[in-house]
Amino acid sequence: MSHQSASVREPLILGEKTYHQITEDIAKPIEGKANNLFKILFTISALLALWGVACFAYTIGTGIGVWGLNKTVGWAWDITNFVWWVGIGHAGTLISAILLLFRQRWRMSINRSAEAMTIFAVICAALFPVMHMGRVWLAYWVLPLPNQFGSLWVNFNSPLLWDVFAISTYFTVSLVFWYTGLIPDFATIRDRQVKPKMKRIYSILSFGWSGSAKQWSRFEEVSLVLAGLSTPLVLSVHTIVSMDFATSVIPGWHTTIFPPYFVAGAVFSGFAMVLTLLIIMRKVLHLEDYITITHVESMNKIIIITGSIVGVAYLTELFVSWYSGVEYEQYAFLNRATGPYWWSYWSMMTCNVITPQLFWFKKIRKSLMATFIISIFVNIGMWFERFVIIVTSLHRDYLPSSWTMFHPTFIDIGIFLGTIGIFFTLFLLFSRTFPVIALNELKTILKSTSENPKPPHH
Amino acid sequence: MNYTFTSKTKNICFILMGIGLLSLAGGFIADSHRAWPTLLHNAFFFMAIGLGALFFMAIQYAAEAGWSATVKRPMEAIASYLPYGAAIFGIVVIMSALHMNHIYHWADPAVTTEGSPVYDEIIAGKSAFLNPVFYIIRTVVYLAGWVLFYRSFMKRSEIERLSLDVKAWKKSQSLSAYFLVFFAVTSSTSAWDWIMSIDTHWFSTLYGWYTFAGFFVSALTVITLLVLHLKSKGLLPEVNENHIHDLGKFMFAFSVFWTYLWFSQFMLIWYSNIPEEVTYYMDRFENYKFLFIFNLFLNFFFPFLVLMKRASKRNYALLKVVGVVILIGHWSDNFVMITPGVLKDHWHLGWVEIGTMLGFLGLFGFVILSKLASRPVNNPTHIFYEESVHHHI
Repeated sequence: MSHQSASVREPLILGEKTYHQITEDIAKPIEGKANNLFKILFTISALLALWGVACFAYTIGTGIGVWGLNKTVGWAWDITNFVWWVGIGHAGTLISAILLLFRQRWRMSINRSAEAMTIFAVICAALFPVMHMGRVWLAYWVLPLPNQFGSLWVNFNSPLLWDVFAISTYFTVSLVFWYTGLIPDFATIRDRQVKPKMKRIYSILSFGWSGSAKQWSRFEEVSLVLAGLSTPLVLSVHTIVSMDFATSVIPGWHTTIFPPYFVAGAVFSGFAMVLTLLIIMRKVLHLEDYITITHVESMNKIIIITGSIVGVAYLTELFVSWYSGVEYEQYAFLNRATGPYWWSYWSMMTCNVITPQLFWFKKIRKSLMATFIISIFVNIGMWFERFVIIVTSLHRDYLPSSWTMFHPTFIDIGIFLGTIGIFFTLFLLFSRTFPVIALNELKTILKSTSENPKPPHH
Repeated sequence: MNYTFTSKTKNICFILMGIGLLSLAGGFIADSHRAWPTLLHNAFFFMAIGLGALFFMAIQYAAEAGWSATVKRPMEAIASYLPYGAAIFGIVVIMSALHMNHIYHWADPAVTTEGSPVYDEIIAGKSAFLNPVFYIIRTVVYLAGWVLFYRSFMKRSEIERLSLDVKAWKKSQSLSAYFLVFFAVTSSTSAWDWIMSIDTHWFSTLYGWYTFAGFFVSALTVITLLVLHLKSKGLLPEVNENHIHDLGKFMFAFSVFWTYLWFSQFMLIWYSNIPEEVTYYMDRFENYKFLFIFNLFLNFFFPFLVLMKRASKRNYALLKVVGVVILIGHWSDNFVMITPGVLKDHWHLGWVEIGTMLGFLGLFGFVILSKLASRPVNNPTHIFYEESVHHHI
């Protein structure tokens, strides 16, 4: 890592911080008492989560007939939510792995919470395919187990099975990466605890970290190895999700641009969710000196890039559907834009292609309020993108006599809201029990990027 | 410190150009059907490397990258081939669009005339896009656009060279943003126009990005090779093995990226097995089998396995070997992209193709080395110069 920092670079740590002050600031939410805002948010999230659990229970008890699926639209709300959540789960590992490889130091204040968000999002995502199996108690049949466990051997030709492997691998590696980073920070919290019970808990969590030079050296090595492993994983997960659709012969699904375009879209939605969460979190937990406008601006630049990649992909698909000369392809896109689901197509276009372009203006890019609003737009737009791809391609298939519409039931909607509740409940719990910023790692850049008077160059 | 373009190196370039001219002339006399796609192939391959280098330079500005400040001059030198490459390529493509050869089926007016014996309904359906007038307009827009951006970059580079002002750098950063937007659209559309439309019936949404991945990794490789060449002459002492390591990482990463796109396009078409799409790979697999498979070895397995280790990215001799393999691999990949649509199974890979490639290599080398010799190769007024000099990973 470079020790020299050009004068043009904005500081990444504001205020005259010392090493000790960083520890104080980041340990405060764990050691203090919850404020009312936290309690209100937590109650709402937990109630939503409970509502979702009730809808889950009802689905399991009655069967997936309680969803709005029909014989033409056999995949709709559930898979839309699945892809949406998996996509959101891309930012964390992108920040911690790819930005680590690119030596982006602004990653350090946001990677911890982004990784946590990734893990919670993947948990929410995984619920949907499991639910859709109907008989969830046989969920282990998706694994290639010897035949005495079940009567079926899995189909290795199916991208759905590749998904099982891709997502479980991604989840495992993300979890290990996240936890490895947490170990020294848990040790810092442990050393500050005065209550014996808490000290005991954090001491278990920190695996007996002592902070010796040898441990640090291994810590750095394992971080680099995990970053190297995670980078192809970030790409592989949404690539394989896209193949669930693209290997088919359904117009609107079968198109070669899907793998990289899905990955770009996933990073796009993931960063939008990180922004939504962090803009609130920095305020509630008083972390404005660590998650600065510079951090927000950098993330907004990633939003412009990935949003534009997604925009180019939309236009490419649209153009090539015409250029192909294939009537089915042409109709699939005409139907998206002008058919009965036109509103979902144009919501997607507006939210994903047009709104992020506002970030070309420096004023908007540096405004927290504008960023927050646009990040919500992107979250909505990316949900619609998956809805458009999935439902509009299915509801008017090759056989016009089977054409129909999809209507979600209140159970469909309840489960979706429930996953949002689960996500926020987990994130709120995380924000009060875990060090939300990688404080020990952040300390390594204090000298070179803080507002503190800089030490003379060496 | 200046690079000296010695008369010995110059002579090598001239000899290569001579070989190229002779091969091309001989090719046209012997079999113009074979010489035309070769000309298009080589004109595109080298021009695209210049474009890729310009793109990479723009990325450095946009990303505020510090490490690369000391290797900016080599990038500029490679990009300096763009105006020459664009002129040659533009002439070849415009002549092709005017049906002076048989590269583009859609350029034959009979194909889109109803009632003619060779009338093709599918191509006629595309003629709103694939017609000579609109096609030539687009070609001119792409090429002129890139060349104008290149010129602005060079003007800004002179301003930056003579001033330490941060504002000068910031202006270049804005220019980069404009270029990147223009590039994002034109890199895809130009690939559809110039290469995808050779197999006129066929279509693939990924094609633009696939083409980009190929020329970008080639450009990264040429940047690395040129930097290593300068270092072997004792120039660029401020570029240390950490910079070389980073360039090696880029070669590695984008070789993998190219393979990722290759696989995505191939696998999805193979898996779905839809007749109108799968013909593209049938042609290649039946008539170009060896090259088609061998490309994967050159462009993926070799760089992937060799550059995986940290030490090999810091081994200059090894990097040179991998670089040459990658360049041969992508030249060959472009051959398999362009030739089958024109020549089907009547193809050759002999003295015409290789001689023409050597000729273009001579011209390319001559242009970029002349540019390199025209000004100091180091870049001490760059605002990130200090960061780059102290680069250590």
